[in-house]
Amino acid sequence: MTDVLLKVDDVRKEFPTHSKEVVQAVAGVSLEVHKGETLGLVGETGCGKSTLARCMAHLYDVTSGSVWFEGQEISKLSRKAMRPLRRDVQVIFQDPYGSLNPRRRVGSIIGDPFAIHNIASGNDRKKKVQELMELVGLNPEHYNRFPAEFSGGQRQRIGVARALALRPKLVICDEPVSALDVSIQAQIINLLSDLQREFDLTYVFISHDLSVVRHVSDRIAVMYLGKIVELAPTSELFGQTRHPYTRALLSALPVADPDTADSREQIILGGDIPAATNPPTGCRFHTRCPKARLDCTAEEPPLEPVLNDQPQHRTACLYPLTVGEDLSTAVPDLKAS
Amino acid sequence: MAMFLIRRIGHGILVLWLISVAVFALFFVAPSNVAQTLAGRQGTPETIALIKHRLGLDLPVWQQYLHFLGNAVKGNLGYDYYHQVPVTHIIGQALPITVSLALGAAVLWLALGVFNGVISATHPRSLADRGLTLFALFFYSFPSFLLGLLLLYFLYFRLTLSGFGWFPAGGYAPLAGGIGPWFQHLLLPWVALALLLAATYTRLTRGSMLDVLGEDYIRTARSKGIRESRVVVVHGLRSALTPVVTQFGIDLGQLIGGVVVTETVFSLPGLGQTAVTAINQQDLPVIIGIVLFASAAVVVANILVDIGYAVLDPRVRLH
Amino acid sequence: MTSAIEMVDVIDEPKAIEGRSPFSLALRRLRKDKVAMISLVVIVLIVLMAILAPVFAAVTGHPPNEQYRDIGLTPDGLPRGPNGTFWLGTDDLGRDILVRIAYGARISLLVGVIATAITVVIGVVLGLAAGFLGGITDTILARLIDVVLSVPFLLVAIALVSVTGPSLTVTVLVIGCFSWASVARIVRGQVLSLREREFVEAARSLGAGDRRIMFVDVLPNVIAPVIVYTTLLIPVVIVTQATLSFLGLGLPPPTPDWGGMISESQNYYTTAWWFILFPGLALLVTTLAFNLFGDGVRDAFDPRADRT
Ligand SMILES: Nc1ncnc2c1ncn2[C@@H]1O[C@H](COP(=O)(O)OP(=O)(O)OP(=O)(O)O)[C@@H](O)[C@H]1O
Ligand code: SF4
Ligand SMILES: [Mg+2]
Repeated sequence: MTDVLLKVDDVRKEFPTHSKEVVQAVAGVSLEVHKGETLGLVGETGCGKSTLARCMAHLYDVTSGSVWFEGQEISKLSRKAMRPLRRDVQVIFQDPYGSLNPRRRVGSIIGDPFAIHNIASGNDRKKKVQELMELVGLNPEHYNRFPAEFSGGQRQRIGVARALALRPKLVICDEPVSALDVSIQAQIINLLSDLQREFDLTYVFISHDLSVVRHVSDRIAVMYLGKIVELAPTSELFGQTRHPYTRALLSALPVADPDTADSREQIILGGDIPAATNPPTGCRFHTRCPKARLDCTAEEPPLEPVLNDQPQHRTACLYPLTVGEDLSTAVPDLKAS
Repeated sequence: MAMFLIRRIGHGILVLWLISVAVFALFFVAPSNVAQTLAGRQGTPETIALIKHRLGLDLPVWQQYLHFLGNAVKGNLGYDYYHQVPVTHIIGQALPITVSLALGAAVLWLALGVFNGVISATHPRSLADRGLTLFALFFYSFPSFLLGLLLLYFLYFRLTLSGFGWFPAGGYAPLAGGIGPWFQHLLLPWVALALLLAATYTRLTRGSMLDVLGEDYIRTARSKGIRESRVVVVHGLRSALTPVVTQFGIDLGQLIGGVVVTETVFSLPGLGQTAVTAINQQDLPVIIGIVLFASAAVVVANILVDIGYAVLDPRVRLH
Repeated sequence: MTSAIEMVDVIDEPKAIEGRSPFSLALRRLRKDKVAMISLVVIVLIVLMAILAPVFAAVTGHPPNEQYRDIGLTPDGLPRGPNGTFWLGTDDLGRDILVRIAYGARISLLVGVIATAITVVIGVVLGLAAGFLGGITDTILARLIDVVLSVPFLLVAIALVSVTGPSLTVTVLVIGCFSWASVARIVRGQVLSLREREFVEAARSLGAGDRRIMFVDVLPNVIAPVIVYTTLLIPVVIVTQATLSFLGLGLPPPTPDWGGMISESQNYYTTAWWFILFPGLALLVTTLAFNLFGDGVRDAFDPRADRT
């Protein structure tokens, strides 16, 4: 087994709403992030990816469960006790506009980590910041500019520079490219992979776009309504898809890919994503699953390996797909037999 | 809605209670020689002690406060030190004057402010716009006592000198004595107050009117060929007036305790002048009574404004 | 450095519009505003008059509190109008109005600036704390703001000054302690929405504490409305000080100050127009200049109101 850097153990996160209900944004997630890998996390919008990311970085207090970093439980640490660990766990945020303070100069934004952790000041800090700017492909002479003077891609580079300033061990990238034009996405992704190689970084890479995640990830976790439904090494997830939801996501990808071309059938999911305040019983996907059966509404499938010789490939489905199974013709059958 | 109301009123009561504590602490802790004043120069220590006892000033402050609070809840704000008149009675006498002053001025400043604001907004950046903004700011910059004195100088003194005794030098004529003298006595104070406040309303109307006129439904109305004046008045003004009405409620509440200077300059025996007299005489029950009453006016006005808002805009209620 | 990055640099997307800091943009707009610039010149002149008040005294040869009962008063004991010796006339005690106006400017500006500064500092700190920390801090501060905003300010100010006795310190403190609430309310409202912004979370993820986030991250974002409010507050404070003086609660005589001079002139306005006119004009010109300038500052920071 590889070294475990971050471990998430049955984490739940609920938000109160104005009425008395709660939103179950993360509903019991367990996973491990291995040193040096990139773990992809995909799912439709609102499924709880950002919330999970924030729990991982202990920006939220979890409702229950625990998060461990290098063997130390961090999910119950006070803000103060967490401080030194912030150097090791960094976040790159989804919105390159919102995550940079519009009223501060870029130099001081990128210099923030040094200031907060009392690492460098004055000219020393400036020098380090300019090195970082160069590292991420920004012109160091733009040190004194404001975020508004940069384009979206450049701003995300600023976010990357800030996250990497203290040479963290784990970087959680929450949709780092979703807000960018497709042509610029590739640049940022290249930058991230180069930096990973150079500094031995471990990434959790979040996106709602499976093709982006596939491109960068060693392993991929698929999320639906606050739960992981399938978790597998990238090639297995694509080659031997087990969960009907993953298959549906895959089928929505553009057909530019010969590997999956043979098994391509367009699967249109019926119905809307259920409200997170009131998730379906049993398997949360049963309201939209083409293979749903009556017991899917009662029994919650655990996330576990389908085949014993593939312990890395785990699926939460009572009726996992077999290789080559055609899902496009399946019809749900929820009647009692 | 009911919950919202209850919470809002609860806050209001809490605020008033806090004010009563603060005001009480402030004035009763400060050294006072009312008893000395009442006893006169010849007052022996015994007389002074007796007076203190009669006024309840020999009790610890907190007991005096509890006593005051107990009575206040029953609608009794105590008695003035000098003539033992109930404070509520004193307020009752002064209030009509202050209200006459405030309401009359309100009519004037609303008319002036909204009219100028609409003109400004419909001709943005024109000469009229700039002129009106300057006009509004000019009077807004006036200290109220200076404006009052100038009005008196020109419209009372100068006019009377030239044989036009239209305006009195000050004072008040109750409405009961006929609407003519009442009006005559109040016109100058009204103008003085209205000119000061109109600026805020000109700016508010202009700003929200400009916003509204830029919105889609106004463009639609225009493109349908509805007359411009109708667009402005019926469609624009109606929605632009919300912030104006809000501000109006707040200002009216504040005027009850805020027209001290105007009342002083024009010798109107309203709440403000009564309070100033009481302050000069260290007549604590009257001071506290008027301060609390004026604060209550602000609190009530704010609650009414909030309710108005909640009725107009249901989203507010949720929060 | 890897080649991918270098390549990326070359094909990087076109630059976003070249902008400046929001602050310097506002400054540039302000500089183009003629009315605001003229007002600024007037303000500078008034400041100069205050600083150079002793020069006025030296040139005319009349110290501010010197009573010229012989040459400064008519045989009936009335003030003298403007003439060669007393350029702006004399007051009821035969003192030189011009010199007293110059000295009075010191009081108005001093109170205006110091009381405004106190107001803004208290208001910003408490508004930041209430909005950012939330919870019990916010509940208490929000009630406190309500309390201060509901109290009839002038009445309580008069009452307080009558208890403590008039002095410059009391005036400044009373104004500062009652005016902070509106600043706090404005700042609190802004902070409530700012704290939900992602850059606050970003700061937190870097390990920044509450205090740092409040002052380094949130504060710069409320500076613009605070600047606007501050420039508009100065004239209000100057008027308040003059009003207290007018009501006899300003500075103990014989210190010259505009409100007090106007108050003293009341009994003479039928016989000595200059006695009220010149101090009144000084006060009016000052507040008008500050208001016009403040209006320009507001438009410069929030140009929306002028867009059509
Ligand atoms: N602070 C919050 N308070 C209340 N509900 C929240 C909060 N944050 C997230 N939620 C809710 O939790 C659910 C998950 O949100 P989350 O932001 O984690 O989704 P996501 O997968 O990151 O979506 P996206 O792709 O849009 O970023 C959503 O239903 C959202 O409305
Ligand atoms: S458990 Fe049942 S409903 Fe859920 S994904 Fe599997 S087949 Fe579909
Ligand atoms: Mg998200």
